[in-house]
Amino acid sequence: MSQTAAVSAARGPVDPTRPEPGLGAYNLKLGMWVFLLSEVMFFTSLIGAYIILRFAHPEHFAAPGEVLNVPLTAANTFVLICSSVTMVKAFAAIARDDQKGLQLWLVATIILGSTFVGVQVYEYIHLFRDGFVPNAAAYTAGGGPLYGSTFYLMTGFHGLHVSIGVGCLIWVLIQAIRGRYSSSHLGGVEVMGLYWHFVDLVWIVLFTIVYLI
Amino acid sequence: MSAHATQEAPNDWDFPAFAGDHEHHEPSFIRKYIFSTDHKMIAKQFLAVSLFFLAAGGTLALMMRWQLAFPGQPMPVVDFLPSTMAPGGIILPEFYNAMVTMHGTFMIFFAIMPLLVGVFGNLLIPLQIGAGDMAFPRLNMWSFWLAVPAGLLMLASFAVEGGAAGAGWTAYAPLSADGEYTGVYLGQQLWLASLFILGFSSIAGAVNYITTVINMRAPGLTWLRLPLTVWALFITAILVLLAIPILAGALIMLLTDQTLGTTFFLPETGGEPLLWQHLFWFFGHPEVYILILPAFGIVSEVLANGARKPIFGYTAMVLAIVAIAFLGWIVWGHHMFMSGMNPVLGTTFMFSTMVIAVPSAIKVFNWLGTLWGGNIHFHVPFLHAAAFVSLFIIGGLSGIFMASTPVDIHIHDTYFIVAHLHYVLFGGSLFAIFAGITYWYPKMFGRMMNSLWNRIHFVGTFIFYNLAFFPMHGLGLEGMMRRLYDPTQYGWLAELQPWNVFITYSVFFLVGFQVIFFVNFILSMWTGREAGPNPWNANSLEWSIPSPPPHGNFQTIPVVYRGAYEYSVPGHERDFLLQNEPPDDAAKRRPEPAQRVDPSGQVKDRGGDQ
Amino acid sequence: MNWLLEPSVSTFGPEIDRLYYIILVITGIVFFITQFLLVYFLIKYRKREGRTAAYTHGSTRAEILWTAVPFVVVLMLALISKPVWDEIKDPALFPEDAYEVTVVARQFEWEAQYAGSNGEFDADDSFTVLNRLHVPVNQPVIVHLESADVIHSFFVPRFRLKQDALPGRSIPMWFEVTEPGEYELGCAELCGLGHYRMDGLVIVHTEEEFEAWKAERLAAAGGGVTGTERAQAMTGEESR
Ligand code: HEM
Ligand SMILES: [Cu+2]
Ligand SMILES: [Cu+2]
Repeated sequence: MSQTAAVSAARGPVDPTRPEPGLGAYNLKLGMWVFLLSEVMFFTSLIGAYIILRFAHPEHFAAPGEVLNVPLTAANTFVLICSSVTMVKAFAAIARDDQKGLQLWLVATIILGSTFVGVQVYEYIHLFRDGFVPNAAAYTAGGGPLYGSTFYLMTGFHGLHVSIGVGCLIWVLIQAIRGRYSSSHLGGVEVMGLYWHFVDLVWIVLFTIVYLI
Repeated sequence: MSAHATQEAPNDWDFPAFAGDHEHHEPSFIRKYIFSTDHKMIAKQFLAVSLFFLAAGGTLALMMRWQLAFPGQPMPVVDFLPSTMAPGGIILPEFYNAMVTMHGTFMIFFAIMPLLVGVFGNLLIPLQIGAGDMAFPRLNMWSFWLAVPAGLLMLASFAVEGGAAGAGWTAYAPLSADGEYTGVYLGQQLWLASLFILGFSSIAGAVNYITTVINMRAPGLTWLRLPLTVWALFITAILVLLAIPILAGALIMLLTDQTLGTTFFLPETGGEPLLWQHLFWFFGHPEVYILILPAFGIVSEVLANGARKPIFGYTAMVLAIVAIAFLGWIVWGHHMFMSGMNPVLGTTFMFSTMVIAVPSAIKVFNWLGTLWGGNIHFHVPFLHAAAFVSLFIIGGLSGIFMASTPVDIHIHDTYFIVAHLHYVLFGGSLFAIFAGITYWYPKMFGRMMNSLWNRIHFVGTFIFYNLAFFPMHGLGLEGMMRRLYDPTQYGWLAELQPWNVFITYSVFFLVGFQVIFFVNFILSMWTGREAGPNPWNANSLEWSIPSPPPHGNFQTIPVVYRGAYEYSVPGHERDFLLQNEPPDDAAKRRPEPAQRVDPSGQVKDRGGDQ
Repeated sequence: MNWLLEPSVSTFGPEIDRLYYIILVITGIVFFITQFLLVYFLIKYRKREGRTAAYTHGSTRAEILWTAVPFVVVLMLALISKPVWDEIKDPALFPEDAYEVTVVARQFEWEAQYAGSNGEFDADDSFTVLNRLHVPVNQPVIVHLESADVIHSFFVPRFRLKQDALPGRSIPMWFEVTEPGEYELGCAELCGLGHYRMDGLVIVHTEEEFEAWKAERLAAAGGGVTGTERAQAMTGEESR
């Protein structure tokens, strides 16, 4: 991609008109990568806590599928993965200066992302009815209260990230409609994509360890 | 978009806005002083706020010391405090615990950390790498304006029902997880929320620093020519970036335990109190290095300048910082030797902790090497930096006692720990901060601080600091526990009371001397001697431009030819050599950028590549 | 300010003290060398007209030396610390013939629970004592440390013994005292408002004394007194 080749790798004599070569990513993109490292650590703390608690108190955790609705969530996972694909399509569209394509694929991503959140809310409502709640005192579902506490902590914060992502996508869409992006000016779309793929990736990890194992 | 940023960058925010780039127009008052995006102004804003918290934390310390020396006696002056804190000036246990907690919290999160990272990171990174500003100036502004509400929430928690958090700055669960144990409900929640918000501020800053250092170094400023301050702040930013989210996760779990009835840390319903400690210290040990690495950088800078010598072992200094940043992640268990953690883990953490003392030792020896054979100018920043070395040695050595697990059995959670942490944080970080403030004050405000008063402040601080904190080692060895409201309740501690009285008097003098510094700091803005661009005859890029630097910092992009520590270069008539002075005809002519390139310059100046 | 530790009275105390003094000597030497060099350099190389500072960027040999030597020293310290730590804290190495009691910490007191005459903790004549831990001299004692609320820390400076009490867990620790007497016990972990007055005593009896004391207690406990009354009686007699 042209924008990643921004800084040449060759080290000749110092070029007084250019900064020292960095990592080859423009500021916004580098900044997003750096920020995502921080996000990795955030989810590490939540997932780490879950793993420790689960090892310490296996009796608090029910077998996969006993409490949680695995098929529904599997479908939801598929929705989120699709939204990553549409996000890639959006970026590819603007790289060819296809404004309509960009807008369409962004709308698709927003719809898929919102669907994911919607299904999650639906799932929460049902789980609450079954007594699967974060509040230890009110917990009546299978396993024990730690199950509820950790489940809502991890999926809740992931859902929050998706929701924030949808909000940002809407903002990017507005910018796109205003014609702010072009093949030579697509940092905003690319960085949005990085975040979105990250959130998707986190979900695949969460789905695996929370629902399947 | 000007010509120098033609690297096919997809956006126009990519490269520093140099002063030469845009027409000058005076920003409005609000844009200039309040919602400023200028890194130098943001540094000053952080400076103001963190000095306020430093003073507030010091005030709490005074009150705690009064209670420790004269338990139960009414403290003069404070009898205006409400009866929930100190009726008639008599400090209550609940207020004492709140003060213990808030003193640590203020000092670590709202004073030392923002002073080192917020002030010096913001001020020095763009100036020393030759950039016009940070990579994301707007984000930088947010970093400050998130810290302010965090601080306000923390202050407000004193006023809510039940008072401020009282479970210590380490907030061990379950004491902190259920208000039933302390009588503090909302106060503890505000504490958690405040630190959570402050975390956003720190991460925003870290993203900015890392991006800026990687992408925006001036041409010729290779990694091994960076001033050690920039190295230290860069590595610190990485630690902040990776450690703060761990704390954030832990804070959320504690907050939901308090408010939503989850049970992460509450044992009755299956939670694990030790999980809090593991998460907290997994953050906490990198955090203590966040609090010292920038100090290392500042001290290196100032010592080399004072000694008029290149820093001894530049590469070793960089490697030591990097080594600390790696090892810092695998030693957290040394805070938990007595916690009931598996003793085998204790042994593992003892080994890693012992090893992490080595890079600190390397730094000390290199500082001594820097002084060796120098021509030492005892300017005020140098005095503080030299004192730093002396005091940090003590703090590092006391760390060895605690790293030995059997010895730690006796001294864990005693005043020995209090002595250690004050030797590294006050003797270390704060002395480095004094060095840094007095050194870069002229760059920030264009005027020098009054040197005589600064020297008086230095001498008083050094003496009374040691009188106050050194005896704490002894109290700890005698078995005086930390965070005690009234030590005389214990028989064997009552005998030590004269020491507590002595320490308290020393602290009163110590705090008194700080008043001198604050007054000097403020008055010198108007009365100080005009500094000129380079009052210390220093080398790094910020000294090649006016004090204070204009918006956008550099008129033209500086081109760097050497490292930052080329002092007393043989054959050069001055004993300093700016990083951007062209090698051929130093300081005579400033050729156009295009002609400045001198491929042989790098070869000639091999010293700079060290 | 006293660098010497008050003599310890437990069997492993002297080993901790020995490590402490070894570290004190080593760090003391480092302390004096580095502080001396610092002051010496500051005086010797102070600014002088006509002096120019040496122009040197360091010495790889020096770097290697002052990396390797501290590394070896701290590693050695860790190595000599390990066996002492294991002896004190590793449950697998606890002494065999130990006398066992349970201590429950709670805001803000210590409750020692003794087994009845049949060796069971829930026997009819098992009994509890508040803020006083009676143990025999010259015999290993294993204390099962528990907490009823928050984290406390059982700290007897003269034994060189400290262990946190965790709610939800029973943590074993052991000690053997070599001199009869009364030794103060404190709480070392901030545990709330009364942290500062959570003191107690460990009372170390000679073997005969201890047996006599225990017999008396067992008799009192077995004599149909209810648990609460018993506790109250003990508190009245035993507390400060
Ligand atoms: C030579 C390197 C160091 C070693 C070997 C070391 C070792 C230790 C150990 C083992 C403890 C835990 C003691 C206990 O609670 O029983 C400790 C506590 C502490 N250390 Fe260090 N340390 C070193 C350097 C530093 C530095 C550079 C800082 C900060 C700038 C620092 C700040 C602290 C603080 C704040 C605590 C107390 C935390 C608390 O419980 O409130 N240490 N250190
Ligand atoms: Cu640590
Ligand atoms: Cu306690």
